[in-house]
Amino acid sequence: MPKPGEFYQRDRMWHPPALTRDYKTSVARSPQYALLSLDNTVSEITGPVFGHNDIDPIDNDLILNYAQSGEMPIGERIIVHGRVLDENARPVPNTLVEIWQANAGGRYRHRKDTYLAPIDPNFGGCGRTLTDADGYYHFRTIKPGAYPWRNWRNDWRPAHVHFSVFGSGFAQRLITQMYFEGDPLIARCPIANTIPGPAALEQLIAPLDHKATVPFDSIAYKFDIVLRGRRSTLFENRPEGN
Amino acid sequence: MAQPLDYLRETPSQTAGPYVHIGLAPGAAGFDIYREELGWDIAGPNAAGERIRVEGLVIDGTGSPVKDVLLEAWQANAAGIYAHPEHAGEVEQGFRGWGRVITDFDTGEWAFDTIKPGPVTDFNGGVMAPHINLWIVARGINLGLHTRLYFGDEAEANAADPVIRSIEWENRRETLVAHRSERDAGAVYRFDIRLQGEGETVFFDI
Ligand SMILES: [Fe+3]
Repeated sequence: MPKPGEFYQRDRMWHPPALTRDYKTSVARSPQYALLSLDNTVSEITGPVFGHNDIDPIDNDLILNYAQSGEMPIGERIIVHGRVLDENARPVPNTLVEIWQANAGGRYRHRKDTYLAPIDPNFGGCGRTLTDADGYYHFRTIKPGAYPWRNWRNDWRPAHVHFSVFGSGFAQRLITQMYFEGDPLIARCPIANTIPGPAALEQLIAPLDHKATVPFDSIAYKFDIVLRGRRSTLFENRPEGN
Repeated sequence: MAQPLDYLRETPSQTAGPYVHIGLAPGAAGFDIYREELGWDIAGPNAAGERIRVEGLVIDGTGSPVKDVLLEAWQANAAGIYAHPEHAGEVEQGFRGWGRVITDFDTGEWAFDTIKPGPVTDFNGGVMAPHINLWIVARGINLGLHTRLYFGDEAEANAADPVIRSIEWENRRETLVAHRSERDAGAVYRFDIRLQGEGETVFFDI
């Protein structure tokens, strides 16, 4: 069995470090010892496979997937779409993308969310889809509102959509958040600012995509996601026995 | 100036936050939306091997249980085969080898039912002791943590495992070992994960 290509080393200077003091919850939840570097084995190169039997077509439409019949959630109607690629700029096909978010008022449908903004009876706040053969995905949803959270005394999260993506191997597993172009709360957010540099943070900010809007229906934002790429296996000069 | 390299950069991670359940386990958030949630059935009904339960806590640097964690498990079947096209071999119908579990909001306890995986032959021909790969996300965790669960009743295989042996600090190897007990319902392995401080679990950069 020839060894498939390993994933490129994760650039941990590009990701947020574990300990980020301005995001207080990380202080007691960040490992102190160095991570142990592990060459990819079959356990990291493989990962779960999903198919169209696992989900329903309506799952990617957050405007309809929890609405009572004939009704719709309140808020700005948006399309969020893009591609899942790897670091070699190759599409990642048939991979599961899951999202969750607050409603237009900034309230989550979650038993632990006690913010005073109201629950929207027609909005669940989650969706899922598989990328197509070219790595494309799309969701239709409501633009989420900003919300306050307990960190410093008066912190507000910028509007954001949480994303979970799989890829082809367990080493690619990623959870992140998408922000919206032009939001002044991004620069003030201790979670957004766990990311070490402005270039990396920009990668999480979806631009308005006017070409993808649906006239008199929905505005659009484009959010491409990049997962770790893999080495090609053209040459393997490993000494015998390694 | 040289030609620019045209690699893309990996999308940076952000915490899963306190409301991860809405997206990945909406039933736990308090509502029913999907035909079926993913990840609750790891092994399926047809898998060979011993049926086991795995349970534990995730504990923070103050010694408190973390009550808003989501864990994902990835494992081979009893024959050591992953349900993935790049791993040669067949798995039983319905065996996915992947699971998702959240903690109890009040106690922080988590548990999942599966089958005990077999030893896994790696691409280079080396053999790894039976193990379950775990990925941990939560509020306050900026980038998901990877670790492995090994089985306490596999001492000989564990001692030969290339990953365990690569842990330079021998006293920390024990943090990857789950301990077996027998209950009326069957075998249970206990695996507490310590995020920080005394007895900190070994986490991997994979
Ligand atoms: Fe959020």
